[in-house]
Amino acid sequence: MSNQFHIQNWVKIKNGKIFNSEKLIFDSTEKELNLFLKACYDFLDLKYPKFHKMDGLSKMGILASEIIFRKNKPTEDIALVISNNASSLEIDRQFQESTNTFASPSLFVYTLPNIVLGEISIKYKLQSENAFFISENFNVKLLKNYTESLLVSEKASEVLCGWLDLQNGEYDVFLCLVSKEKNIPFSEENLKKLYCAENDKPTH
Amino acid sequence: MKKLYLLDDAIISPLGFSTKENIKTIREGVSGLKIQQRPNITKNPFFAGIIDETLLNQAFSEIGSSEKFTKLEKLIILAVKLILDKNKNLDPTKTALIIATTKGNIDLLKEPGGFPINRLKLSELGKVVANFFGFAQTPIIVSNACISGGLGLAVARRLGNSEKIKNAIVVGADLVSDFVISGFNSFQALSTKACKPFSKDRDGISLGEAAVAIMVSTEKPEISNVISLIGDASANDANHISGPSRTGEGLYKSIQKALKEASISAEEIGFLSAHGTATVYNDEMESMAFQRSALQKSPLHSLKGFYGHTLGASALIESIITKHSMLNNEIFASKNFEELGVSKPLNVIQKNEKKEIRYALKTASGFGGCNLALVFKAEKQ
Repeated sequence: MSNQFHIQNWVKIKNGKIFNSEKLIFDSTEKELNLFLKACYDFLDLKYPKFHKMDGLSKMGILASEIIFRKNKPTEDIALVISNNASSLEIDRQFQESTNTFASPSLFVYTLPNIVLGEISIKYKLQSENAFFISENFNVKLLKNYTESLLVSEKASEVLCGWLDLQNGEYDVFLCLVSKEKNIPFSEENLKKLYCAENDKPTH
Repeated sequence: MKKLYLLDDAIISPLGFSTKENIKTIREGVSGLKIQQRPNITKNPFFAGIIDETLLNQAFSEIGSSEKFTKLEKLIILAVKLILDKNKNLDPTKTALIIATTKGNIDLLKEPGGFPINRLKLSELGKVVANFFGFAQTPIIVSNACISGGLGLAVARRLGNSEKIKNAIVVGADLVSDFVISGFNSFQALSTKACKPFSKDRDGISLGEAAVAIMVSTEKPEISNVISLIGDASANDANHISGPSRTGEGLYKSIQKALKEASISAEEIGFLSAHGTATVYNDEMESMAFQRSALQKSPLHSLKGFYGHTLGASALIESIITKHSMLNNEIFASKNFEELGVSKPLNVIQKNEKKEIRYALKTASGFGGCNLALVFKAEKQ
């Protein structure tokens, strides 16, 4: 079963850099999160005004999926399986802060990690399977096992899966598209290698 | 696809500290919702189902020291302990632990109460529970808004089907924290009454807290009557992040997929455990999706009038109550229901009834546009 599914395309966003299937496509010196996200938005020429209302986690999810879906148009039954460490803590803190003066409903709606799945679903019109998992570190085993379980049971014909973490302004994004078509074998080893690859490279 | 068998379960809630007590309270028609005041958040009183800390610490003192654990951790540990006590042979090193929660220990954000800051993290919550019992596998944490608890069962079945796990304990838990009270109050979504699902004069939710746990397995147990999960599906509305689709699109889709997987028709559903939060839009959306699915005649209830909305725990509590309804051939009245207040007809259960149920459906919907449908089967001999 290990060679049944393949990684078609992947994206990594970290330390001001965007890699798309090993190619560095964007490199920014912008340190502040929102300015970096705006720079990515401009770079992709996204034209999606809703983007500016979103929290950081959703913005990153939209940017990363846009890069993948420009190359591989999503099918109707593509499942979204995303995980992270911090859940929605970044926005939770902001909402908590707002309660000292006036509790903000527009912050409260983002205080769940799966809201990004909703934002991706809205942008690409996906009425498909969603799951958000929390784990301490990039959990290769769970992502691989759950993604495979959806593909094997035919609950999805392809899966956008990965890691989308944001805390204290630090972001770490890795998403990949998995389906049957022959490509990079979807194994724990490859998943780990792709997620770690750019992390290990010197950033100069 | 393999079935997932629903085995022993435990519910810790304002209705009682065991499933048995919870069912007795529901049978008697007594709600856990009580009037609450939080003048620092809202001047309006509201109803919520909150677990008494003195009672909780009393129950917990028999198994651990109260001050070392947060309220939510104590609730979860109590629930899991009840199951392990009944299943002495269960090896926690070979059992998966799946925890479904929306906000975990979020109350620590405002009042850390001496706990280290990383205790806010859901993965830490998983670790604390796993370490308490000696679960060896890293817990699987599902945080997918108000479908989390039900999705936890689906995750267990899916991983079980591909033989990644065999036995699991699925937990659902959330608190009524100032955080969520402030949030739902900022949405003007809190009812000033005890919530009234599907009623004409419903005007919002009541919050509730609970921890529930259930043991599940892909292996058929050697008992004559057992309930299994035979169909599961989730589908996003792709419509709005905080409001349900007006046509119930995602819910409709998930029901269709779950029925198809179970190979049964809507007419065979003998009981429907709805989400029924009692907001104007949610209940209306559900009525649309149920009518589109030809489920308008299925006897239906919402348990929110008993528990309030227990967020990540709700769909799992409601699945467990459904399981017992199927085992005991009894269906419970939808608490606080009066006159139907949705645009499509529904068969809301008005008084407890004896009824044999072969197939039941549990549905749930949540923020982020997520929807879930689970089909259960009674296998009786």
